[in-house]
Amino acid sequence: MADKEMVRFAIDGQEVEAEKGTMLLPVALEYGFEIPHLCYHEAVSPYGACRLCLVEVTKRGRTRLTTSCNYPVDEGIDVTTDSEDIQRARRMILELLLARAPHSERIKKLAYEAGIKETRFSLMDVGDCILCGLCERVCREVVGADAISFISRGDKRDVGPPFADPIACIACGACVYICPTDCIKMEERGDERTIVKWNRTLKMQECKSCGKPFAPLFQLNWIIDKVNLPKDFYDLCPVCRAGR
Amino acid sequence: MGDDGKGDGMKVRGLEDLKKLREEGLTRIYPDQVKITVGMATCGISAGANRVYEAIREGIEKEKLSIILAKSGCLGFCQREPLVDVWRPGFPRIIYEEMTPEKGVELLGEIFNGGLKKEWALCRMEEEVLFFEDEPLRYKIESGLEDRDAIPLYQDVGFYRKQLKIALRNCGYIDPESIEDYIARGGYFTLYKVLNEMKPEEIIEEAKRSGLRGRGGAGFPTGRKWESCRRAEGDKRYVVCNADEGDPGAYMDRSVLEGDPHSVLEGMLIGAYAIGAHEGYIYVRNEYPLAVKNMGTAIKKAEEMGLLGEDILGSGFDFTIKINRGGGAFVAGESTALMASIEGYVAEPRAKHIHTVESGLWDRPTNLNNVETWANVPVIVEKGADWYNKIGTEGSKGTKIFSLVGKINNTGLIEVPMGMTLREVIYDIGEGIPEGKQFKAVQTGGPSGGCIPDKLLDLPVDFDELTKVGSMMGSGGMIVMDESTCMVDVAKYFTDFLKDESCGKCTSCRDGTLRMYEILDNITKGKGKEGDIELLEELAWVTAEASLCALGQTAPNPVLSTIRYFRDEYEAHIRDKKCPAKVCNELLTFTIDPEACIACLKCKKLCPVEAITGEKKVPHEIDQSICIKCGTCREVCPVDAVRVE
Ligand SMILES: Cc1cc2nc3c(=O)[nH]c(=O)nc-3n(C[C@H](O)[C@H](O)[C@H](O)COP(=O)(O)O)c2cc1C
Ligand code: SF4
Ligand code: SF4
Ligand code: FES
Repeated sequence: MADKEMVRFAIDGQEVEAEKGTMLLPVALEYGFEIPHLCYHEAVSPYGACRLCLVEVTKRGRTRLTTSCNYPVDEGIDVTTDSEDIQRARRMILELLLARAPHSERIKKLAYEAGIKETRFSLMDVGDCILCGLCERVCREVVGADAISFISRGDKRDVGPPFADPIACIACGACVYICPTDCIKMEERGDERTIVKWNRTLKMQECKSCGKPFAPLFQLNWIIDKVNLPKDFYDLCPVCRAGR
Repeated sequence: MGDDGKGDGMKVRGLEDLKKLREEGLTRIYPDQVKITVGMATCGISAGANRVYEAIREGIEKEKLSIILAKSGCLGFCQREPLVDVWRPGFPRIIYEEMTPEKGVELLGEIFNGGLKKEWALCRMEEEVLFFEDEPLRYKIESGLEDRDAIPLYQDVGFYRKQLKIALRNCGYIDPESIEDYIARGGYFTLYKVLNEMKPEEIIEEAKRSGLRGRGGAGFPTGRKWESCRRAEGDKRYVVCNADEGDPGAYMDRSVLEGDPHSVLEGMLIGAYAIGAHEGYIYVRNEYPLAVKNMGTAIKKAEEMGLLGEDILGSGFDFTIKINRGGGAFVAGESTALMASIEGYVAEPRAKHIHTVESGLWDRPTNLNNVETWANVPVIVEKGADWYNKIGTEGSKGTKIFSLVGKINNTGLIEVPMGMTLREVIYDIGEGIPEGKQFKAVQTGGPSGGCIPDKLLDLPVDFDELTKVGSMMGSGGMIVMDESTCMVDVAKYFTDFLKDESCGKCTSCRDGTLRMYEILDNITKGKGKEGDIELLEELAWVTAEASLCALGQTAPNPVLSTIRYFRDEYEAHIRDKKCPAKVCNELLTFTIDPEACIACLKCKKLCPVEAITGEKKVPHEIDQSICIKCGTCREVCPVDAVRVE
């Protein structure tokens, strides 16, 4: 893995180049190809759960449907981003997802673009969660708190704090930001912040200068501990600190 | 290391030591006194073998008989269990079926008097096939036992006649806890040959030419997998045995682990040597305590004797094996999920764009094979690829173990050459359908297999033929269904299992199986609509095409195969609101035949909505306006007087 090996291949007939082993989806997006996707985010590792980013890859004469977010690119592959089969699969996947997340603007828009106006399936009472796992990955890989995980399998699969106890959640809001269906709500009331979906409420630190609550105390102590910062590091809010 | 108090004297260093152990084993298996063996695999135990064993043990003790009592694995004919096997010098070996503690004690008296107890016998054996010898082992039988002819020979029993046991070669013949027994039947001699006379490349070549394909379901060529793993770059390599066996009702791997664990160890040792691996794992589901126990004993004995560990048989080759206990999820048997689980993560499949033979356990080259695959290996290497590849069909060599269950006269574990027709399996080995009913379909391949109808009964059973007709080999489940089975209900049953067992990661698999299930459920409840079949087909397509692992990719088989061969049944449910097999209660009208009714009040008492009128001596009647079609009356009627339309 020392030096970068570049590979050349084709997307919809156009020749492209990328580092060997990078995932196909970001390369294609970079080159301006449109591939709908929901469980991919450049901040976290690819997972391949929503199955929306399907493309057709021909490699050594064999063509098959595969998800592009976790497909490592290779020399000479031939990628198609919009065949009849791809559209057919996308339509059904979106119809399935629409029944899970009927209130999500992003899902509704994607479905509409694929020609799906409504779903034939009974709506599910799952709070619009599509189980994409972005919240779980951002919490574990980026934040490092590892406060939520997948629970159960099959149609009972869910995401949330293990044993319904959000003890490790620092209420930083990264999951709120990354969730594609906006189903994780954050509320701030007085000096308290609540991550509604995980049922976590934490007291906020008030800025010693301006008096405004700016971040959960638990989170700040967690960072101080983790990165070994001076105890008074977060006495001021970012605004006051910048102005000092 | 190695200093376990027993000293190095126990270590097998060469051929002479192996031969000595074989002699010991032979006198254990064929002692010059009476030996009674009880089949004590899980199947035997659940039929009551423990109590039979105890009764015989007490009987021997009480009468101070000089009889050896031993345990063995499963001979396959699970339906006739408990099986008791009697070895007497000068006699044929006789296998007694459906034994009870009382019969066990009585048998002791009969043996004491030199009798045969013909009426309890399933069969007799006068010889055994040993793969590692050219000639079968013929027992010496005294003259004057002519009346033994009343007991059929093993090879004349319908259930056994067409079987060929390679992977199951020792099951039921040896005490699985005795390494000497295994060695007596030729075990570990192949390993000796491999380590001393063969190059790894030669073994891989042999495996490739044998045509052996993985028995875990996908049928991947074993030799090619070994070769890729050997060639892959890495500082370390692993071999793994997949003993997750998550298919409900399938127990071929359990049977091998319980009845002949050393065959798997020897297979893994040979594979590891060929691949260049020094560490192995056996991933066994937690619900298999006896398999774990017997395998644990086997590993310990092999370690003590220097057949596992460092410098095996003095060859300089090192190999250790650890047992890993799986939590029992069906999906944990999938290769990448299994490896995640061994590493301590949740058993969830991951994308396989980089193969596990290159980057598997802890990102190292890893070769995974199924229990049955491993158990075949010593025989293939010993007898040679040319011997093995003459068994079976063009594309599928050797034999396959099936668990034959359902509406069939003989149920049990069978091992047959690839290419045997379904008809031979069902009518010759299985001896047909009970109660004179009609055969309807056979479901092969486990929960995500397909249903094969009667017009395809002459299909030769192998990997490719089963796939062609919309089913699959899978792990080797075979469920026979008769005319009283509703195929929509069957599809619903398997889809229900799959929707629960999907890991839930892929939208297409998780929600695809769920929605197929919901539609099937509606159809069986009379709520089917025009267009349901097409929607099922569309969901099936997406589930198969868009899902990540083979669970999702094969999950539509039950739905698609039943639509393909039994479309009229779907249509009858949807259009006419009728269940032709009279299974789906919601689509039936329940009436009581006044001629047949004995007016026993049973159904009247148990009907949850009091829809049944009548009293003693007055035939009962069902008020259709109240009946909720729960089917209770039909279930409880002692004389089958409840009619359905
Ligand atoms: C959902 C699922 C479950 C599986 N379960 C098993 C199993 O219980 N035992 C097994 O040997 N293979 C199982 N497999 C197949 C394995 O992924 C793998 O192909 C096999 O163990 C390789 O060994 P083989 O080449 O000897 O067949 C399963 C596959 C899937 C998709
Ligand atoms: S809560 Fe949002 S981010 Fe988390 S799995 Fe559900 S949809 Fe994805
Ligand atoms: S296909 Fe099904 S079982 Fe396999 S990874 Fe996807 S959701 Fe999990
Ligand atoms: S973005 Fe690739 S599977 Fe979700």
